[in-house]
Amino acid sequence: MQFETVIGLEVHLQLATQSKIFSGSATTFGAEPNTQASAVDLAMPGMLPVLNERAVRYAVMFGLGIGADIGRRSVFDRKNYFYPDLPKGYQISQFSDPIVGRGTFEIHLEDGSTREIGITRAHLEEDAGKSLHEDFQGASGIDLNRAGTPLLEIVTEPDIRSAEEAVAYLKALHSLVTYLGISDGNMAEGSMRCDINISLRAAGSDTLGTRAEIKNVNSFRFVEKAIQHEIERQSDILEDGGKVVQETRLYDADRNETRPMRSKEVANDYRYFPEPDLLPVVLDEAFIEELRASLPELPREKRARFVSDYGLGDYDAGVLAASRALADYFEAVASEAGDAKIAANWVQVELLGRLNRDERDITDCPVPAAQLAQLIQRILDNSISGKIAKQVFEAMWNGEGDADSIIAAKGLQQVSDSGELEAMVEAVIADNPGQVEQYRAADEGKRKKLVGFFVGQVMKVSKGQANPQMVNQLLAEKLG
Amino acid sequence: MHDQTVAQLARALRDKQFSSLELTEHLLRRIGQLDGQLNSFITVTDEQALDAARRADEALASGRAGPLTGVPIAHKDIFCTRGVRTSCGSRMLDNFVPPYDATVVRQLSDAGTVSLGKTNMDEFAMGSSNENSYYGPVKNPWNAALVPGGSSGGSAAAVAAGLVPAATGTDTGGSIRQPAAFCGITGLKPTYGRVSRLGMVAYASSLDQGGPMARSAEDCALLLNAMAGHDPADSTSTRRDVPDYCADLERPLDGLRIGLPKEYFGEGLNAATGECIQAALKELESQGATLVEVELPNSQLTIPTYYIIAPAEASTNLSRYDGVRYGHRCADPQDLHDLYTRTREEGFGDEVKRRILVGTYALSAGYYDAYYKKAQQARRLIRDDFLACFESVDIIAGPTTPGPAFGIGEKTADPVAMYLEDVYTLAVNLAGLPGMSVPAGFVDGKPVGLQLIGQHFDEGRLLNVAHRFQQVTDWHNRTPELAGGTA
Repeated sequence: MQFETVIGLEVHLQLATQSKIFSGSATTFGAEPNTQASAVDLAMPGMLPVLNERAVRYAVMFGLGIGADIGRRSVFDRKNYFYPDLPKGYQISQFSDPIVGRGTFEIHLEDGSTREIGITRAHLEEDAGKSLHEDFQGASGIDLNRAGTPLLEIVTEPDIRSAEEAVAYLKALHSLVTYLGISDGNMAEGSMRCDINISLRAAGSDTLGTRAEIKNVNSFRFVEKAIQHEIERQSDILEDGGKVVQETRLYDADRNETRPMRSKEVANDYRYFPEPDLLPVVLDEAFIEELRASLPELPREKRARFVSDYGLGDYDAGVLAASRALADYFEAVASEAGDAKIAANWVQVELLGRLNRDERDITDCPVPAAQLAQLIQRILDNSISGKIAKQVFEAMWNGEGDADSIIAAKGLQQVSDSGELEAMVEAVIADNPGQVEQYRAADEGKRKKLVGFFVGQVMKVSKGQANPQMVNQLLAEKLG
Repeated sequence: MHDQTVAQLARALRDKQFSSLELTEHLLRRIGQLDGQLNSFITVTDEQALDAARRADEALASGRAGPLTGVPIAHKDIFCTRGVRTSCGSRMLDNFVPPYDATVVRQLSDAGTVSLGKTNMDEFAMGSSNENSYYGPVKNPWNAALVPGGSSGGSAAAVAAGLVPAATGTDTGGSIRQPAAFCGITGLKPTYGRVSRLGMVAYASSLDQGGPMARSAEDCALLLNAMAGHDPADSTSTRRDVPDYCADLERPLDGLRIGLPKEYFGEGLNAATGECIQAALKELESQGATLVEVELPNSQLTIPTYYIIAPAEASTNLSRYDGVRYGHRCADPQDLHDLYTRTREEGFGDEVKRRILVGTYALSAGYYDAYYKKAQQARRLIRDDFLACFESVDIIAGPTTPGPAFGIGEKTADPVAMYLEDVYTLAVNLAGLPGMSVPAGFVDGKPVGLQLIGQHFDEGRLLNVAHRFQQVTDWHNRTPELAGGTA
């Protein structure tokens, strides 16, 4: 039987505020346990929350970034449950009146197609602390540094149809929020955590099947694998005539499987009600318009501009516009090198390839944009060939200096001296009489192939430094 | 010294009739001698009080004194006090010593007052008789067999007994006004948002409001001047400017329109109490006020509405008492569930448990619409009733309680009978209005309170009316006889 996969995602995005959403404590990642927990975060008696205005700004910026309805009056609610890392016994969240309403999100797939993913809502809430079960014998430790960190929970419609689309959505989301500067998007540190709602239905059906929710998946790769595994699991059940149980599951990356959470971990009645300690958030038009005016160029706009201004293909433009840092890097290289297409090619192929190989981020790139631009200029002014340039790039990557000093130090300057080249060409012709004869006997079509052999020989003799255009020209003359 | 008002004491201190240290020592001595009969204090902070009195005397000597400098007060044990145990009347917080002061505590300390200690109260402010305290019931200074009212019973009894000239209280459904009425003192519940709630242990956040309890309206005005104001740490506190509440105290009552809700003078009101109230109203009329009958047609919704909203908020406000970070923790918890259940079973008293259960039920899925949401709608109707009245009257007046103080143990077996004690006070909290109780006579030697209800942020008018009333009556100056006190 053919199944269609239906996926909705809930992403918990940590907002990059300096202080917590309801207290003045810092939000720095990785501090000593409980050193960033104030009396408010500890839920000491009589303590009250005060809303961080920056968190509101960030949420509104997100809403504007996806063209969503902004809640002119949003309300905080208490979500009640007991857990040791939830100090108040309730989480302050937004339930009935979120700050961001409906919006849409465009994703680009590898086959070049695009899809619209509906955003149901996005609401502000506070993060919980962490329970530490290791290092304590017969007890658990509680670290409340994270308690009260501002989160934006972004909920999609069940519009996603595959693991690929899910990952494309998450990447696009990551791109948007880092463009906006509202989150560091650091998934390894939990800045973007994903809950996956997934169900299968018979292809062509328009009723939804029973879904499972996979909680707290925190990397693009795990999201992909968790979905693939869950599709397999659910289709096995359905094919055997069974029924999928609506439940919450955990993705175990070590075993690459999902398994049900213990029922204790699943609270069933959160007894939501409006948080009486906070006033409703009322936003006026001036506030919203001020934020709208302050929005940076967003990925979609940048991508379009790269196509129109630099003549890049849509796919390439998308790759380069995916992160603000990468786009800025590319634009710096392009403007300094003076050739956007070559710059795009170098950034996309050599630089990204190298970054991926070392698992580094563009923000952590050892080759500054100016250096890459200089390297490209040396190609453009025929100082080096594209092939030698790759060698120079590798040296730059290893911190051996900028392009010019590496070319000089290693003597990689292209040989464009006609006398020198002529001698090399004549020597190669003299050393390969058989190939010369073959060449001279061949027709025009075959000659084109055979000339490659001579070019290769000259390059070998010149250690790759011969100017290939001049070599071609000389060979054509000498071979007759 | 101990039978003087705050205003009189402040004047005497400035005139160097006695020092703050002498006054403080005198009152501490009285507490030592008399509070055994009353149980109005949970914690007496002798050392800190004497230190604060010495500092106040220095300020008085150097001419840096404000209107409250050197005046002893006490805080209801619901206000967090840095370095001083803040129990909230509960075993749950019996060991809790906050590392911070409530804003109200800081404001009054900045004003130069001298805190003598923390007063007894119903556990987590839940009660109308002060019988729900982990530290035992408070006795009414007028008759030790009677309750002082609650939940600010300790503050009311301590002021009435001359142990302290003024104290802070909190009022969620009448917890300042009802004990003020039962003990024959003056108490003011300000408009919701007028006084910061930061550091005030929460019972029902949308209803809780701190306020002063003292011997006179003038004293309440002096204290409110120090307590009122915006607190950036309390989002529900108002940014409105704080007027000088003493400025208008003497304003004549000519032309004042006083609304008398017919629902507050009907069935359920003790006849003798009603007579006291009528006499008090006549007095106000003779000063130039006009009495107008008004209606609060949704009054019958008050008790059910309050007893859904307050427990609902309480049920989640009290979730933080889980034995994890502070407060009571059961011995040898076997696992998390055991830790939670035994800690809370041992730490909370019966009334607190009852309200947590009721509130949890009211918020549960499937019941929310029928209870909590309905209650919020009813709350709006109740508020609208008051606002409609205020279109034709300036203030509203009536009894604070249906009758005078009842006997200790008399209503403990019947929670609903106990809840009915607050029938005239609850609506004021639901509507967020300011309300006062002013001594207005006695029934069989038991004090009677006249309740005055004002428009939002019109505390000044209430204090003015109460003050004018106290210029021509002496109910507020009467003091109970207590055995064994030094003069």
